[in-house]
Amino acid sequence: MDAILLSRLQFAAATMFHFIFVPLTLGLSVLIAGMETAYVRTGKELYLRMAKFWGKLFLINFVLGVVTGITLEFQFGTNWSRYSAYVGDIFGSLLAIEATAAFFLESTFIGVWVFGWKKLSPKAHATVAWLVAGAGNLSAVWILIANGFMQNPLGYVIRNGRAELNDFMAVVLNPFAWQQFAHTILGAFCVAGFFVLGISAWHLARKSHEEFFNASLRIGAGVALVASILVAVQGHFHGNEVARIQPVKLAAMESHWETRANAPMYLLQIPGENGNVLEALPVPSLLSILAYNDPDAVVKGLNDVPAADRPPVVITFWAFRAMVGIGTIMPLIALFAWIKRRDIGKYPWFLKLLPWAIPLPYLGLQAGWIVAEVGRQPWIVHGLMRTSDAVSPISGGQVGFTLAAIIVLYSLLGAAGFFLAGRAVKQGPDAAH
Amino acid sequence: MLETIWFLLWGVLWAVYFALDGFDLGMGMLKPFLARDEYEKRVIYNAAGPFWDGNEVWLISAGGVTFAAFPLAYAAMFSGLYTALMLLLFALIVRGVSFEFRSKVDSPGWKAVWDGCQVVGSFLPALLLGVAFANIFQGLPLDQNQVMHGGLLDLLNPYGLAGGVLFVLLFLLHGALWLSIKAEGDLRERAASTAARLWPVLAAVIVVFLVYTWFATKLFTNYLTNPVLFLILLVPVGGLVMIRVWLAARRFWAAWGASAVMIIGVTLFAVVGLFPAILPSSLNPAWSLTATDAGIKASSSPLTLAIMLGVALVFVPIVIGYQFWVYKTFSAPVTREDLEY
Repeated sequence: MDAILLSRLQFAAATMFHFIFVPLTLGLSVLIAGMETAYVRTGKELYLRMAKFWGKLFLINFVLGVVTGITLEFQFGTNWSRYSAYVGDIFGSLLAIEATAAFFLESTFIGVWVFGWKKLSPKAHATVAWLVAGAGNLSAVWILIANGFMQNPLGYVIRNGRAELNDFMAVVLNPFAWQQFAHTILGAFCVAGFFVLGISAWHLARKSHEEFFNASLRIGAGVALVASILVAVQGHFHGNEVARIQPVKLAAMESHWETRANAPMYLLQIPGENGNVLEALPVPSLLSILAYNDPDAVVKGLNDVPAADRPPVVITFWAFRAMVGIGTIMPLIALFAWIKRRDIGKYPWFLKLLPWAIPLPYLGLQAGWIVAEVGRQPWIVHGLMRTSDAVSPISGGQVGFTLAAIIVLYSLLGAAGFFLAGRAVKQGPDAAH
Repeated sequence: MLETIWFLLWGVLWAVYFALDGFDLGMGMLKPFLARDEYEKRVIYNAAGPFWDGNEVWLISAGGVTFAAFPLAYAAMFSGLYTALMLLLFALIVRGVSFEFRSKVDSPGWKAVWDGCQVVGSFLPALLLGVAFANIFQGLPLDQNQVMHGGLLDLLNPYGLAGGVLFVLLFLLHGALWLSIKAEGDLRERAASTAARLWPVLAAVIVVFLVYTWFATKLFTNYLTNPVLFLILLVPVGGLVMIRVWLAARRFWAAWGASAVMIIGVTLFAVVGLFPAILPSSLNPAWSLTATDAGIKASSSPLTLAIMLGVALVFVPIVIGYQFWVYKTFSAPVTREDLEY
């Protein structure tokens, strides 16, 4: 196999694995900081126990997110060196700023958070929790500004045979990046909300630590409800922007082939790489409305795009549907949990269902990233550089070896992390360690 | 001018990384030799506990700054040293996880696995960083298209390996000194006497490496052109001497500080010798990747360099400020109360 395909697989594996842990880190860190603040304000021991219990799960998750993130920064150089040389002037500086302004803060204070319980006052410790949470989310801002440049390159000029920065504020204020940030961060809060909700429900179904987990469940339900409604609403506007800036991606998301006004959406549709295998039950103008908020809008079709410039349609289409489907189920579950939060014990079937909902936002986020990244192909930087021109001059054998190593190593670490998290959940709050 | 500033900052970031992560990598390597029981093992883990993660970000920053300020060098270095860098990453990954996971399950088998990860994950980065930098000092086989020829085995040449040995020893001594600060009782005595025994070995290896460098690299060219630069050598040599003096006086903080100064001095000595090349080409000096116009200019546009300099001038002092506060807050020796890992 060639270096390009293997490098793509390697990057996909490394990013997707990294992105199992990052969303929980982003959302749960804020919840924990909130719990510590509640403890400082009310003096109630319950909030301190909450911060410690959820904090233990947070740390298992956090370390896997951090170590897998290091690989990603290096992979741009190891596997995508031509990309790095071509856009490093812009992209590299965003990664460097992320490390200097955000990642340092997060990594330094996570150590203080773990080791500072006895050395700091509760107030100072809560401040540290906010620093960790704020820095983690600030990291996400910079990383998504960097990704935003790949989706919607702005603020550059081609000079000296590469893309050079000519407007830093245009890069930083890239509206596409901020839409993506909002969408991702809301997704991350869905992850945290459903995580807390599901684990609390697991304990409540067993009637263990009821006071503790009733309180946790309310927090989880509230966060899950707000975040899952906002992510859907905001997702619509994000979709509008994709339609405007990346019409080909939108066409692939919908497997839409003929350019036309009043574009319909098919309730029954099976996509193929050269046209739909099946399309039935059209809803007139629905695609035009969803994409441009206008029934008469013209929606560009894939037939108007040379085959070499089309993303893989089938993957993009189904990933998009998975994301939207999950985005529809999540608010319903969260809403029911929120309404019944005070007497949730009367619904044992629901308590047993909730742990199974934990994977939903995770799958939604992964599917969303597949839409964003696969849908951008064949470009590594949309309209500017092709993925095939970006790969390092390295042999397929080297990449194959490290790809295999990454899969084996990450699987083992993931299994260990999952095992530890499961143990910590079962032990419940107040376990010695 | 901006390019020169960034070249120096690039060197400083690597130097600070070695000086900070160096001690926790060193302790990771020393652990099987110094810890006699489970409690002492945990003391060693916890002596690194509040610091290792923040230390490692200096590596991310050094990598990020290479990417941002010298993208061509980043591209050539990271793709050229592909296998070595991947090994380094895997080592850092298992090492980072070992800190967090080890104490979570009370089973000897579980702990032995993570102890192994910690040792390998500390030794390999020290060795590989030394091998990589020594190879950079003597020049990499870069062609005119900034593509490097040769693989991992070519890096393991005698001079490269000498660099690896030097780094391992620098970090071992640095780690032993840190443990002399953070441990108590018997473990502290063992750490201090280990440091005392490592000192002459390191001193000898430094001398050998300097002589070897004279023959194997062109690092001394800048020094011979501007002999005043030889004053830089006073920094690592002074550091080395003061380690011995303060170790004998049992002033462990001062000795560790001297060791950090020595590591920074060694790095800066090499970086000044490299200038203006970041990656010298061993095939043809004109194909070297440089900060300035000599050879192939690898630096970013003036606008990027200026913005990055602004970011660095604001944030690096802040980072140094809060990291200093963390070191101060957790400066006391590890006691039974402090065991989190």
